[in-house]
Amino acid sequence: MNCDNNANRIRRKLLIEVARLQLKDRLEDNIDRLPLALFPRQGTDIRCCVYKDRAITKYRLMAIMGHGVEKETNELKPLSDYARESLQRAAPAPDHSVLTVIDEACSACTRARHYVTNVCRGCVARPCMINCPKDAIQIVDSRAVIDGEKCVDCGKCLKVCPYHAIVHIPVPCEENCPVGAIFKDETGREQIDYDKCIFCGNCLQECPFGAIMECSQIVDVIQKIKQGHHVIAMIAPALAGQFPVEYDRLLSAVLKLGFHQVVEVAAGADIAAEHESRELQEKIAAGQPFMTTSCCPAYLQAVDKHMPELRPYVSSTFTPLHYSAERVKQEHPDGITVFIGPCVAKRQEALHDRYVDYVLTSEEIGAMFVAADIEIADCEPFVMDSPSGNNGRGFALIGGPTHAVMALTESKDIQSTLIDGLDKKSIRLLKTYAKGKCPYNFIEVMSCQGGCVSGPCNITNPRSAEAKIRKIIEKPTLPAPKV
Amino acid sequence: MDTIKVEICTGTTCYVMGAGDILELNDHIDEHMAQNIEIVGSNCMDLCKDGQYGKAPFVKVNNTLVSEATVLKVVEEIHRQMT
Repeated sequence: MNCDNNANRIRRKLLIEVARLQLKDRLEDNIDRLPLALFPRQGTDIRCCVYKDRAITKYRLMAIMGHGVEKETNELKPLSDYARESLQRAAPAPDHSVLTVIDEACSACTRARHYVTNVCRGCVARPCMINCPKDAIQIVDSRAVIDGEKCVDCGKCLKVCPYHAIVHIPVPCEENCPVGAIFKDETGREQIDYDKCIFCGNCLQECPFGAIMECSQIVDVIQKIKQGHHVIAMIAPALAGQFPVEYDRLLSAVLKLGFHQVVEVAAGADIAAEHESRELQEKIAAGQPFMTTSCCPAYLQAVDKHMPELRPYVSSTFTPLHYSAERVKQEHPDGITVFIGPCVAKRQEALHDRYVDYVLTSEEIGAMFVAADIEIADCEPFVMDSPSGNNGRGFALIGGPTHAVMALTESKDIQSTLIDGLDKKSIRLLKTYAKGKCPYNFIEVMSCQGGCVSGPCNITNPRSAEAKIRKIIEKPTLPAPKV
Repeated sequence: MDTIKVEICTGTTCYVMGAGDILELNDHIDEHMAQNIEIVGSNCMDLCKDGQYGKAPFVKVNNTLVSEATVLKVVEEIHRQMT
């Protein structure tokens, strides 16, 4: 559901409201009123009644203020208490959750299964019955019925039914989790197994009930800015495609939010490409069969948790963010670094990178613009002192890292391939590569299909985001004018 | 029939609230409708600041304002004006 939908709109509205209250210094005083204001007693409900909507809104607001819903111990604890804790927090809690499941919002979908609808005519041919390899279909009262005990969800019946009477009812979060990390508890509601989760963000994007939320750091970042710290915005290459304005105006808008400095992570991507190119040539010369990229944090998580056999083949290069943040912290040891990008897994990465303090998403920075009444199109274009190279900026797109690495690689013996999106199939493929059946020696892996432009926290359709980035990177990088 | 002008506000508020997807309107409509409309992205229409206009995102179909616009609402309005 990488598209406009109500669950996204609700989350964005709440992000805007929270940021707005905080900017006006009213967060702690007014947050308890927010669920009521959004769902007044005489208003329309989305679920069964406004009271349920309010209850769920409360949990959404908890997550937006950075509190995992699972950690609630006292249901009576008001949002204002959580707000106070968030405002006083000096740094992310060591046990900061990246994702949280709002159990109240989870509709506890019925288990995934194949189901015969009343479109079934009980026909004479009965291809569903004849073709079922498990003998799971019987005709009862002139209609096919699937025996759930026997059915293995192979989908043959669905394909052969001439009336399209058989449907597959999925559990969207489970269906889209590439690593089986989300599962039902005894009540049928979903839980995330963090020993398996790779933080790709698919569940968050796919749940039609918006039951999975990120634990945001938006309040923390706004607070640091308000307290007058030297806060540095580190812009992901993918952010350039997220707003309907020129890139230089977007950078200017970010500064207008109160960030002291804006840095392109594309610069770190250029460093990563250099490192990766050198390493690739060394490894191939040393006889290693292949090497994979290491820029995608969800892929790194997947290797660690699900494909340990691939570890020796992953480039030892740090992520672009790491290089950029390291450089920034050397210049400003007391500065606070905030990565702004499309990614859930980056938040997990940042928790373990001493140079990165916070992560905001494209959606969250968008909400901050709205809350601060910043019209991006009206911002004066900002001229960077040292703009990044276009190869680094291309890391937002699938194929971008390969392009950047190849541009720096002299060796002509590179056979490269792309893993465009991590799913069950591509994970299986990568595992066979680790077993020695790899016809390539350089593999670029991106967890999101299409690259970071398709990230789960983006606000722009991936196709238009890609077009926008292509326009930027096809322009030659101009040196900054001398002042 | 005169071309119907579909003006989609791409001011920051409207964009964050989903105008980006409405800009892709052509993906959702048939050729006949596509030939009869002109899709324009507009700078901030200054409607989001004023409560009486409902809520973002805003789209103008000729002179009719659609608030809390979705692809469906916009298509319905175009259809109404076409018939």
